[in-house]
Amino acid sequence: MSQDIWVVVETLRGTVMEITYTSLAAGRVLADGLGVRLVAVLLGHNAEPLAVTLGAADSVIYVDHASLADFTPEAYRRTIAGLAKELAPRAILFGHTSMGMDIAGGVSLDLNAPLISSCVRAKVEDGRPWYSSPTCGGKIIAEGPIPDPVCVLTIVPGGYKPEAGRLPGPKEVVRKAPSAALEGLRITLKQYIEPQAADVDIAKEPMLVAIGRGIQQADNIALAEALAQALGGVVCGSRPVVDQGWLPVPRLVGKSGVSVKPKCYVALGVSGAPEHVEGISGAELIIAVNTDPRAPIFNVAHFGTLLSMFDLLPALTEKIRQAPRP
Amino acid sequence: MHIVVPIKLAPDLVEELEIDAGGAALDRTFLRLIINEFDDHAIEQALLLKERGGGQVTILAPDLEGADDVLYTAAAKGADRLIKLTGDFSSGVNCHALARTLSKAIGDLHPDLVLTGVQAHDDLDGAVGPLLAEYLRMPYLGYVAGLTVSDGKCMARKEYPGGLVAEMEVALPAVFGIQAAEKPPRYVVTSLITQAMKSATIEEIETGEFDSGGAAPVERMSRLEATTHAEMIEGSVDQVADKLVAVLRERGLLASRG
Repeated sequence: MSQDIWVVVETLRGTVMEITYTSLAAGRVLADGLGVRLVAVLLGHNAEPLAVTLGAADSVIYVDHASLADFTPEAYRRTIAGLAKELAPRAILFGHTSMGMDIAGGVSLDLNAPLISSCVRAKVEDGRPWYSSPTCGGKIIAEGPIPDPVCVLTIVPGGYKPEAGRLPGPKEVVRKAPSAALEGLRITLKQYIEPQAADVDIAKEPMLVAIGRGIQQADNIALAEALAQALGGVVCGSRPVVDQGWLPVPRLVGKSGVSVKPKCYVALGVSGAPEHVEGISGAELIIAVNTDPRAPIFNVAHFGTLLSMFDLLPALTEKIRQAPRP
Repeated sequence: MHIVVPIKLAPDLVEELEIDAGGAALDRTFLRLIINEFDDHAIEQALLLKERGGGQVTILAPDLEGADDVLYTAAAKGADRLIKLTGDFSSGVNCHALARTLSKAIGDLHPDLVLTGVQAHDDLDGAVGPLLAEYLRMPYLGYVAGLTVSDGKCMARKEYPGGLVAEMEVALPAVFGIQAAEKPPRYVVTSLITQAMKSATIEEIETGEFDSGGAAPVERMSRLEATTHAEMIEGSVDQVADKLVAVLRERGLLASRG
């Protein structure tokens, strides 16, 4: 029994994804608390150089195979489950992401291991490892033990800074052949499709007005546009608004969209689900307008009001237009 | 083409959520359940595929408050067959138990495609889709926004951060986790739902004991007590607007414009 803590490295077109560093930071807490090693598991094809930023781990396991050149759920899942059966880690950490969530379930069932999702923090208390996970849109926190002998977790950002997990290294790289068969795969990558060209790059905009579900209907977006114009900024939004087709995809802020770092972020009717908050951690000033006093957005905002945006916006926009400039 | 869409009902987050006396679960006494919003997209995607290539769309829902509404609404939108899984779901059912229960019912339906919402906001033990795929021994691909089917294969658009899309070919039958349908879920007027209530039939499939094995063990639940909180600005519309303008001015955020 190795009982190591594993972090499965996520790479996309030759780049290690930020969630991997967050997971390494979380994994470090568990490994140190339990007195075991932290191991990064890197899959790919001619991808070993990517191990240079995985120095937070005590060791990197690298598996090279042509079928692992790009992420596909079946090949990755079989490889990781095969390795885990052979090496018996104590816990396997995936990102709670498009890649991690595709395979964490399958790996957990292969190993007959419990599955804990959206873990934001981990700790070891009296020798017992614990998770805490936000649920119900971040309104509730669930906590519990990380069962032995093996457990699969998916990690969400917010609890650990990725910088803490991005260190030069690594101390050692152990090359392994895939221990599972990689033939007869039913899922194959055909091509990548680049994101549609953006008229503005919201990642670079200093003033952003974000709309969420509370905007209610497309016609109301004009209110947000007017505020954005008065501020000299642009309108962006959360997932429900983009899914409705009310804003183009390049204006999506959050996990599946863009991470922004404006000087000012005005969130209108945005509840502040973890997927959204993930994308605004770099904002210098957050002002939240939401009628729900328990909306999680108020936990990350600097200023907030419970007024309805439909009452507030016309007056606020007008006052900003009229405000004397130095 | 037989497309099956299993539905999960999730707490309505507009309502206040309470923790029960045991301290490790939501108090379900007054809990209002609504369709998981991603499942709404899964239904829409199924209907779009049917409209493009023909076939049958079957919707399954666990027997919980609100299930009939969800099923009849799906029928009004164009779903062909409605199935309710009966059993004691009243104390809540996690993804593992739901996936096991669904797999038995769905296996008998011999679907070509199973579309699930990619996740639900109250999932703590993964998501239903990937677990269901394992029990059905089908491949799974999630975070999908767009599907086309031809020659026993499916071309799926999988989303990555920043708007990058990976186009993947998946052999059918398969399970997909839908992030977003190609179009926003269609709106259906109440009169059509009322009509569906009269004309559509909800079949029932009896489920056995639930097996929650493999789920995350929850020892404590708490409402989020934030370590930081916004400074709340009280007062009339004018007062709040004045204060916000002052905040912007103090930080020089009005300076660059004239």
